[in-house]
Amino acid sequence: MTAIAAPARPGLTRLITDTAVITRRNLRHTLRIPGVLPLSAVMPVIFILMFTYVFGGAVTASLPPGAEDAYVNWLIPGLIAQFALFSGANTAAGMADDLQKGSVDRFRSLPMARLAVPAGRTVADLTRALFTVLVMLGVGALIGFRWQTDLLHVLAAIGLVLAFAFSVAWMMVTVGLLIRSAEAVQAAVYMLVFPLGFTSAVFVPVETMPGWLQTFAAHQPVTVVAGAMRGLMLGPDALPAGHTVTGDILWTLAWSAALVAVFAPLATRAYERA
Amino acid sequence: MLLAWALILVLSFVYSEMYLIKFTKGEVAMASIVQVAELRKRFGKEVTALGGVDLDVPAGGVFALLGPNGAGKTTLIRVLATLIEADSGTARVAGADVAAEPAAVRAAIGLAGQYAAVDEYLTGAENLEMVGRLYGLGRREARRRGEEVLERFGLAEAAGRYAKTYSGGMRRRLDLAASLVGRPALLILDEPTTGIDPASRRDVWDMIERLVDGGTTVLLTTQYLEEADRLADRIAVIDRGRIVSEGTADELKDRTGGAVIALGLAAADRDKAAATLTGAVPEGDTGLHIPAPNGYADLRTTVDALVAQGIEPTAVALRKPTLDDVFLELTAAAR
Ligand SMILES: Nc1ncnc2c1ncn2[C@@H]1O[C@H](COP(=O)(O)OP(=O)(O)OP(=O)(O)O)[C@@H](O)[C@H]1O
Ligand SMILES: [Mg+2]
Repeated sequence: MTAIAAPARPGLTRLITDTAVITRRNLRHTLRIPGVLPLSAVMPVIFILMFTYVFGGAVTASLPPGAEDAYVNWLIPGLIAQFALFSGANTAAGMADDLQKGSVDRFRSLPMARLAVPAGRTVADLTRALFTVLVMLGVGALIGFRWQTDLLHVLAAIGLVLAFAFSVAWMMVTVGLLIRSAEAVQAAVYMLVFPLGFTSAVFVPVETMPGWLQTFAAHQPVTVVAGAMRGLMLGPDALPAGHTVTGDILWTLAWSAALVAVFAPLATRAYERA
Repeated sequence: MLLAWALILVLSFVYSEMYLIKFTKGEVAMASIVQVAELRKRFGKEVTALGGVDLDVPAGGVFALLGPNGAGKTTLIRVLATLIEADSGTARVAGADVAAEPAAVRAAIGLAGQYAAVDEYLTGAENLEMVGRLYGLGRREARRRGEEVLERFGLAEAAGRYAKTYSGGMRRRLDLAASLVGRPALLILDEPTTGIDPASRRDVWDMIERLVDGGTTVLLTTQYLEEADRLADRIAVIDRGRIVSEGTADELKDRTGGAVIALGLAAADRDKAAATLTGAVPEGDTGLHIPAPNGYADLRTTVDALVAQGIEPTAVALRKPTLDDVFLELTAAAR
């Protein structure tokens, strides 16, 4: 009686193929929906130009020695960390859009792995995150950014920031599924990420902030990821006193693991009840 | 001693046979592909979308859920398709409980929701290949079935275009096509022909009839009585979250009593006439329909009652009820 439409496959294989199918679909969206790729390059570039030329002169004096007196050297690794967080807005909006357009209903009526839709979204958005990182490195190089370590360290930095971006994407999938409207989601995400971005060490060293803010600013995720990026791209001299490259890398991995541990189950739950 | 053993052996044999019989009976009862009992669902404090629905959809054929806007059709469909959970009651689809074994339910159904859920930035062919893959098919098989279904829905020529460029009716058909890629045992269609032109509607009807010939069961909702009359083997009328009547189209028509009086009246007289006659259902601005289980005798008493009130009908007819009459009578209380 139970006429199963298709041969059942074991759970894990199923999860992998289903995630691959959804990832492919989302990548096609990224490439085909007009504006998605250009827009994920425009904002980082505006930030780079604005902060380098508007604030650059004012902050250089208080930079650590590893920045070689060039604000752009200090800024680019920090902004890469920040945009790993900011580009999550697209992830949340994409998820909400899938809900609004009925795609989630279609997927949830299919005999597919439950986790595949959120997972396919986070995996596909890694590609977008990588694209943003490369654009930032390229534009940075054009206006004077030079890394002070070697290619291997820079590749490690890229890998690390993608790990962080992946964990953020799980948080953003959850937000998108809970808020449900693609328009409202943008506002909600920026309310979440702007304070984190601007109370971090991305733009100015934490030591220049008021005392009450410093403890928070020094340990929040964007700061530690920015620290790890700077350590890996500029060397240990680029970090403020009390921070080590290994330390910030471990903090980054800890934050990433914590975000995935909290939000992967929440996202799956939100998806099931969407 | 030996006798005792023999007795136990015989008894246990009889018992197991009884069990077997019981079991086969269960299988026979499973001729229903959907079994719903006492299903309730509320949204917030105010809205009772399903107020205790009991429903039995036999395997094979077309079953239509007929009801006005807000009756609870989509809500019931969404519970059956495992998209939302009911507050209480049970629902089994293809033998599996929707709450406890959603995966088994999903493997047995194909769903086309009330609003087409196509992927705008994938082509028609890519849309169907994706759905096929998610049913667990290999890439080649998914592609092949996609082409086959596109062909069947007259979309072969548009297969390579983004669904974004499709007209509303083409999207609707692509959505229906997607629900068929997995060759489901139960096809669930929420208002399948809303928003498509009459010619395509006929195509969809033909397609549904061919599927049923191939052994698929179709559960569909509709607001079109004509559609239910033409397609459905059985019809359940749903109103305000309850099934108010269920049976074949003929059974439903008979339940209104075999005949209907259609009256034409001067607009000024209509409301007065409606108040005079029991069971009267307004039709347009000047019409009234009255059930007439006793045929001519009812016609006479009706006309006599009107004349006694000083009302002269402008037209009088006695005819067989349509599904419209049934529907209006059953859902009249809501108006
Ligand atoms: N998500 C929801 N939140 C709140 N109320 C809802 C929700 N979904 C449905 N309802 C309400 O439940 C009732 C039944 O809705 P449902 O969509 O099942 O009706 P329907 O028979 O499909 O109507 P239609 O013919 O208009 O599609 C309506 O009063 C509707 O407003
Ligand atoms: Mg509906």
